[in-house]
Amino acid sequence: MTLMDRRRRSDTLRGKVAIVGIGEVPTRRVIPDRTMYGLNAEAAKIAIADAGLRKEDINGLVTDGAAALATMAEYIGIRPTFATGVSMQGASGASATTVAASAINGGLADTVLVVMGNSRLDRAVPGGASVRSEWEEAYGPAAGAGTGYAQIYTRHMYEFGTTQEQMAIVAANQRFNAQENENAVFHGQPASKEDVLSSRYINYPLRILESVMPCDGAAALIMTRADRAKSFPHRPVYLLGAGMEQSNANIWQTDRITTTPVKTSAARAFQMSGYGPGDMQFAEFYDCYTILVAVTLEDAGFVEKGEIGPFYESTDTTYKGSFPINTDGGQLSGGQPGLAGGFRHVIEGARQIMGRGGGRQVALNDLCMVNG
Amino acid sequence: MTTEYNKPLPRLVNEAVSRPFWDAAKRHELVMPRCLNCSNMFFYPREQCPNCYSDNTEWVPVSGKGRVYSYTVVYQPANRAFQEETPYIFAIVQLNEGPRIPTNLLECEIDGVELEMPVEVVFDDVTDDVTLVKFKPA
Repeated sequence: MTLMDRRRRSDTLRGKVAIVGIGEVPTRRVIPDRTMYGLNAEAAKIAIADAGLRKEDINGLVTDGAAALATMAEYIGIRPTFATGVSMQGASGASATTVAASAINGGLADTVLVVMGNSRLDRAVPGGASVRSEWEEAYGPAAGAGTGYAQIYTRHMYEFGTTQEQMAIVAANQRFNAQENENAVFHGQPASKEDVLSSRYINYPLRILESVMPCDGAAALIMTRADRAKSFPHRPVYLLGAGMEQSNANIWQTDRITTTPVKTSAARAFQMSGYGPGDMQFAEFYDCYTILVAVTLEDAGFVEKGEIGPFYESTDTTYKGSFPINTDGGQLSGGQPGLAGGFRHVIEGARQIMGRGGGRQVALNDLCMVNG
Repeated sequence: MTTEYNKPLPRLVNEAVSRPFWDAAKRHELVMPRCLNCSNMFFYPREQCPNCYSDNTEWVPVSGKGRVYSYTVVYQPANRAFQEETPYIFAIVQLNEGPRIPTNLLECEIDGVELEMPVEVVFDDVTDDVTLVKFKPA
């Protein structure tokens, strides 16, 4: 490493902030009679208490970009000096965490609440014309966001020989992990690789057990300055590096659909941290569908492009294994409460580093990569 | 028949931009926008060339031939109106001229699709007013 590299790192977020509290409303298919704001407030309350703070100690708020910030602050009962919304689909949780870190590092706030949640009863009806309404809907896209991800999957099979049997391992290992997570919507419902392969198609090659289920729930964390972090009840979870890249809105607009923006974002995060893929002990990676975990692990550099299938065949990725992935079951087995689904990857990474993984605690818990 | 078509029709983002595409389809012609400044042919149509941002663009006829870039077979559609058609193929076709377009593959078994296989355009007059652009094996 050159002197310039070291100096550049000292000017970054590296080691400047830490997660000191986490909260999660258990994810369920539907949580009756609760609004999105109410679920967010409940997750916030849990995280604030978990950090040993009072809500008056919170002076920053980062949440879902689609939420009304004033309403959110009102429900939670805070008057933050810094507040913003983040809209990056599945990457919103991880991005919001990075934005919170920047705000703290920039002196805009000392202690920031990051919170996201979903109420399916509460969701506005989508309207208006869009690229999708003009160019896709008349041809009958599949339920959820599966059309594009299935096309990535099909292309990955064509380019690299990846198999559906290999992708079934992704889902089965996460389901194994979810059996130690009472907050997971599929807790108590084990599913083997064979169960995954015999589940029905939503849209080939994606089967229902390779696809997320929309749910209700919420999640929150508290982040503060590193110099304050040691006085909190839990082992601080320091942010050592972060990176982002915004991709196309429509997968068919992407030049090479088997490579994701994680190729750039992970490289930037590793550069800031001074670590590389080989240093990571476990990973919490965004998983709306099996294929996305697979291609993003490749793009982050854990394996070469195209090698993820053999990796899953030869590596135990459960919480007991040599490289644990999505230790709480991820979204595939935990359910997807809107943006809180991806955000839960941040929460679970922090939980494991704090040593609070319970029955699913990983053995080596110092260095984790989280992706959204 | 027009009155029986119960599936969603294209809802245009901007009539001023993409109406020529749909009018051409109705005439059973496939056209693509091309930039007069940098010669980039692009899709979907938009106000400016996504390559050089020029708003000096034209519509040009294309061959209607291309290859399957990727596809999925839909069993559970987002819109229930498509349920009776399942399973059907939702593909991305890359035209020989370069642009990619979302579409359906017709006259093709669901287990008979191969990536990069050649296809050609089919115009599907789903109503008196609207023609969808689909493809079949060439």
